Amino acid sequence: MKTKVSSVGTVAAQSARFDTPLALKSGAVLPACELVFETYGTLNAAKSNAILVCHALSGHHHVAGTYADQPKNLGWWDNLIGPGRPLDTGRFFVVGVNNLGGCHGSTGPSSNNPATGKPWGADFPVVTVEDWVQAQARLADHLGIDAWAAVIGGSLGGMQAMQWAIDLPQRIRHALVIAAAPKLTAQNIAFNDVARQAILTDPDFHGGHFYEHQTTPQRGLRLARMLGHITYLSDDQMGEKFGRALRNKEGGLGYGYGVEFEVESYLRSQGDKFAGYFDANTYLLMTKSLDYFDPAHRCGGDLAAALKPALAKFLVISFTTDWRFAPARSREIVNALLKNDQNVSYAEIASDYGHDSFLLEGAHYHAVLSAYLKRVKL
Amino acid sequence: MSHRLGRPDFEVIAGWVQPGERVLDLGCGDGALLKLLIETRGARGYGVDIDDANVLAAINNGINVIQGNLDTGLAGFVDGAFDHVVLSRTLQTVRHTQEILTAMLRVGREAVVSFPNFGYWKNRAAVLNGRMPVSDDLPYAWYDTPNVRFFTMLDFEALCAEMNIRVRERQVLDEQGQLVIEEHNFLGSLAVYRITKG
Repeated sequence: MKTKVSSVGTVAAQSARFDTPLALKSGAVLPACELVFETYGTLNAAKSNAILVCHALSGHHHVAGTYADQPKNLGWWDNLIGPGRPLDTGRFFVVGVNNLGGCHGSTGPSSNNPATGKPWGADFPVVTVEDWVQAQARLADHLGIDAWAAVIGGSLGGMQAMQWAIDLPQRIRHALVIAAAPKLTAQNIAFNDVARQAILTDPDFHGGHFYEHQTTPQRGLRLARMLGHITYLSDDQMGEKFGRALRNKEGGLGYGYGVEFEVESYLRSQGDKFAGYFDANTYLLMTKSLDYFDPAHRCGGDLAAALKPALAKFLVISFTTDWRFAPARSREIVNALLKNDQNVSYAEIASDYGHDSFLLEGAHYHAVLSAYLKRVKL
Repeated sequence: MSHRLGRPDFEVIAGWVQPGERVLDLGCGDGALLKLLIETRGARGYGVDIDDANVLAAINNGINVIQGNLDTGLAGFVDGAFDHVVLSRTLQTVRHTQEILTAMLRVGREAVVSFPNFGYWKNRAAVLNGRMPVSDDLPYAWYDTPNVRFFTMLDFEALCAEMNIRVRERQVLDEQGQLVIEEHNFLGSLAVYRITKG
């Protein structure tokens, strides 16, 4: 019997509260926290079919499906999840979670600080990928899941899958690390810092306490997103999509500084859209968490040594035109695993769409994920 | 560079792999050889292939497969990581013959190399008759062949001697996949060598 391929349909967010203090890598302690999450499919009796989806910089728990009252609000990785899709909800129980420090319902800078009764703002501790894994493990406990069949993520999400395999080797059987890197390069950090500077120098930022001023640093956040967006696309793709096309096709050049090129219009609208809903402090925190990610650091830079405790089998995927986290960066992860004689498969997917490719529905890309996940024993 | 199931050289190679040994299969195709070695020999290891469809097929077969060309594919492995490094029906497609042999014997204790023998009498006859040979083991027309090196068993053995590579064992097959027991360079269509550093 062939399953009809479809979306998961209508979904609803849930939340879980954890009152045990969480000691963070920075040394700070979060007294309590709440995580919002969504689940798709059914957890089997053995609780062996759960897959955790980790989100990247601007993602959240709404990974698949739509909400009853928001039929157009499609989850950010909907193309991957549902009956007959690579993360087949006929077989797997899929969990999406908004990470600590996020701005979609989980405890973060825009939540109230119990000590002051006011939003945390800049006082919210910087959380790291390691901290996210600890928090996600609490969610796994809450759901009664001893070990994930798989943890999957793209970009910063892929880094979480790696960290799971390192920190909690008994609790993850497969790590799917997509469009990621073992650590950021100076260039990566530089892009993140320009984005942060855009936010930090916005007069509406108010040292991170803009909530009390009934304002948001929209200009900074918009610039940060515009910059980020450029790095998610490939040069060729931008050339093909926009080229040098002008908004006003008949009018010619305006010899001024308004919106003229289509690419300007596109980036500004992406920036505006993002600045309208995303929290500036969360953006700062997420980029910092990316910058800090470096599991090899505690092993003197030896990635293989860092990955040694991992028991999970790995699928590493990169995209040819991704220059933010280029295929060579994925190869570093692969080579470290090979050095340890660990189970790993690696696919380098031909794609025109740069870093964003991991979010898109490429036939071969999805076929590789499907093939791999079909082999995952429950 | 892809394996077909049930290829006669697979049986020869399987006979050389001891239980639990580590195998690297370069140009692993759909992973059929590794799968055979895992299932019948309890071997472990990885396949390397450049082709999308082969990588997908190998993942479908449950094989650890690394997508890459032979150069990047081998660069990722540490010295002596494998008991056997297999290059099946691929050496004739590689431009840097000596480099690949050296790299294989760097990452592996021994290498298994199979290739179509250009010295096979039918190939010689084809050339004598004025045409490039086309057969089961050399299935391509001259204008679309992936093969860039044409050599005989004697040529290969001369290169091994020059590179101080020791031929530990060799098996030679005819077009039907039957073992050739005499006049190997004349009667053999496919040669399978087991080589180590001299």
